[in-house]
Amino acid sequence: MFSLPNVLAGIILVSLTAYVLFGGADFGGGVWYLLASGPRRAQQREVIAKAIAPVWEANHVWLILAIVLLFTCFPRAFAVIAIGLHIPLTLMLIGIVLRGSAFVFQSYGGGGGRVFATASLVTPVLLGMCVGAVASGTVWWGVRDGSFVTSFIGSWLTPFAFAVGVFTLACFAFLAAVYLTLEPKDAQLQEDFRTRALLAGLAVVVLAAIGLAVFPEAPPVHAGIVTLAAAAAVAAFWSLWRRRYRMARAAAAAEVVFIVWGWAVAQYPYLVPPDLTIADAASPRVTLELALIAVLAGAVVLFPSLYYLMRVFKGDRSPLKNDH
Amino acid sequence: MPDVVAARSQMAVSLAFHIIFAVIGIAMPVLMVIAERRWQRTRDPVYLDLAKRWARGTAILFAVGAVSGTVLSFELGLLWPRFMELAGPIIGMPFSLEGFAFFTEAIFLGVYLYGWEKVSPRAHLLAGVLVALSGVASGIFVVIANAWMNTPTGFTFANGSFSNIDPIAAMATPAAFPQTLHMTLAAYAATGLGVAGIHAFLLRKNPTSAFHRAALTIGLLVGAPAAVLQPISGDIAARYVARRQPVKLAAMEALYETRAGAPITICPGIKIPYALSLLAFHDPHAVVQGLDDVPRDEWPNVSLVHLSFDVMVALGTYMALVGLWAGWLALRKRDFATRRRFLGALAIAAPCGFLAVEAGWMVTELGRQPWVIFGILKTADAVTPMPGLIVPFAAITLLYCGLAVVVGVVLYRQIIQSPGV
Repeated sequence: MFSLPNVLAGIILVSLTAYVLFGGADFGGGVWYLLASGPRRAQQREVIAKAIAPVWEANHVWLILAIVLLFTCFPRAFAVIAIGLHIPLTLMLIGIVLRGSAFVFQSYGGGGGRVFATASLVTPVLLGMCVGAVASGTVWWGVRDGSFVTSFIGSWLTPFAFAVGVFTLACFAFLAAVYLTLEPKDAQLQEDFRTRALLAGLAVVVLAAIGLAVFPEAPPVHAGIVTLAAAAAVAAFWSLWRRRYRMARAAAAAEVVFIVWGWAVAQYPYLVPPDLTIADAASPRVTLELALIAVLAGAVVLFPSLYYLMRVFKGDRSPLKNDH
Repeated sequence: MPDVVAARSQMAVSLAFHIIFAVIGIAMPVLMVIAERRWQRTRDPVYLDLAKRWARGTAILFAVGAVSGTVLSFELGLLWPRFMELAGPIIGMPFSLEGFAFFTEAIFLGVYLYGWEKVSPRAHLLAGVLVALSGVASGIFVVIANAWMNTPTGFTFANGSFSNIDPIAAMATPAAFPQTLHMTLAAYAATGLGVAGIHAFLLRKNPTSAFHRAALTIGLLVGAPAAVLQPISGDIAARYVARRQPVKLAAMEALYETRAGAPITICPGIKIPYALSLLAFHDPHAVVQGLDDVPRDEWPNVSLVHLSFDVMVALGTYMALVGLWAGWLALRKRDFATRRRFLGALAIAAPCGFLAVEAGWMVTELGRQPWVIFGILKTADAVTPMPGLIVPFAAITLLYCGLAVVVGVVLYRQIIQSPGV
């Protein structure tokens, strides 16, 4: 269980989870930027842009960290995924480039809000489709049956992968809406994001229920984790309903963490099902040991810095006290 | 277009695009920090205005650099899965370290850009210093990974696979020192003289502007010493290439035959006798290996490598001369702003560093071909089996062309337009 390859796979999972919790919420913010509506439409957008601006680049690095650790520690898995999912990954990268650059352009008065918002909508779906393809065990090393469509499109353009993509988008939008309830100084704006959080939270639950019922190719999810995720979901709804936003933030994050880990546990010990396991794909021991040392040394620098960043920009600055 | 050519072209476009933003991301924070420090000392609002404008520019360029860097980290696998499968365990180490350095850079850039009113002046300046330091560190780690491709070490290679892997020995590869030194200086020289050159151009039109004068001085402070030192690091790099990658040197200098007392060919028909032996080995009679030492199918594209090398050397020499001129004026305590001829020369130098960086990467990357890992794995054997690679190549090229235009427009509006000072 705690073999060196498993520990490093766990670290990659933690990095991916952090990407979902932080980077995912930035994408979700873009979705609400796109869907801003009502009398406070402009203010909603302003709150979203202000919330994302100082942190999105740091949040984005979690994905880079996960990728470099993947190709350092599990190079064969990286190669299989990069070959089989070439097309959706390239599309996702285009989405990442458009999202990031359009966001910074609109921050500095260059326009591009619509591109930022649209890319925020499409990119999470593509990310989710890649995860869905890996989870369903259809990603293949090289050309299969001599067919381009089977090898490079059939693996990820499936109803299941698409469902995972939409589910990912719903999770990101949910996280963003919950986090955004803590951002505005205006109570009406806070209500706007509360409504959105409740709706997105409902979408997450409904999509999860449909997905578990409809798709036989979904890897069996551990019942304990489903229970934990469901409990977190209930806590998130309850605290949103009671306007306890800090608690809602913790519960929503926990819900999404259990969802991500539910996927990870379901496909353990496979890194790329159906046949590439964590142990098979692992680099030689010396590489794993050094990578672990690098991660530990990096964490010593990283976590205090991240804490400082979040304290400066996400610390208690709202005049509305909600947890009383 | 054959897939391997499309893949190489996509990699080239992605790198050529990213390197500009990476170079600015390394050096620009140094300029910001100097401006802010001068503001804290003198309380001259010109310096605060400069620091804030440069911070805005850095924010835009860093964001584009961050996302185009993400593209590259995926493209390593999307285009060259066989290379990453073999090399990942060996050179993953510098990439992982780069990941952490980049993280630190992104965190403190966030603090720097958005924390003017949120943290103390000292913490703000320190955040800037940390951005500058982690920027250099990430650049160094990435270049170490590239250096390993030129002089692969830290493994035993037999029957198409690596054994006895030693990632530390791989990071200590012989090319690491000359390449990282050359690239770091290049970043400071290109960005420093780039900034100084833009403001020299504007100063010629508006010679009394305290804003442009301050910007030019700080740009020179960073760029001129780097530009003057760069030929020395170039000499170190060339002598290492002569020993470790003689075929690359032969292509750089278009030396077809192995010979003692080798000349430098500037263009067909114009040669400087003994110069190549002298430069490469510091001995006019040294034997320099020519292209004829390896089979024809292991030659890089000689004319392109040779041309790129000459372009890089010419631009670098020009920048070093401008740097010396600036140093001479500074020693004699002359005012840069009134020296129109100097300002003109400096304005011409503005784009030179970036062009030289592009040309230099052409030399090192094209000069290594047909190998992706020198002497071990051929580029053509590393490419993905995915067909139709011309499509992603075209898509990425279009995306980056569009992005380049938008970046130019936004930067012009934000930074360069003169304030009413």
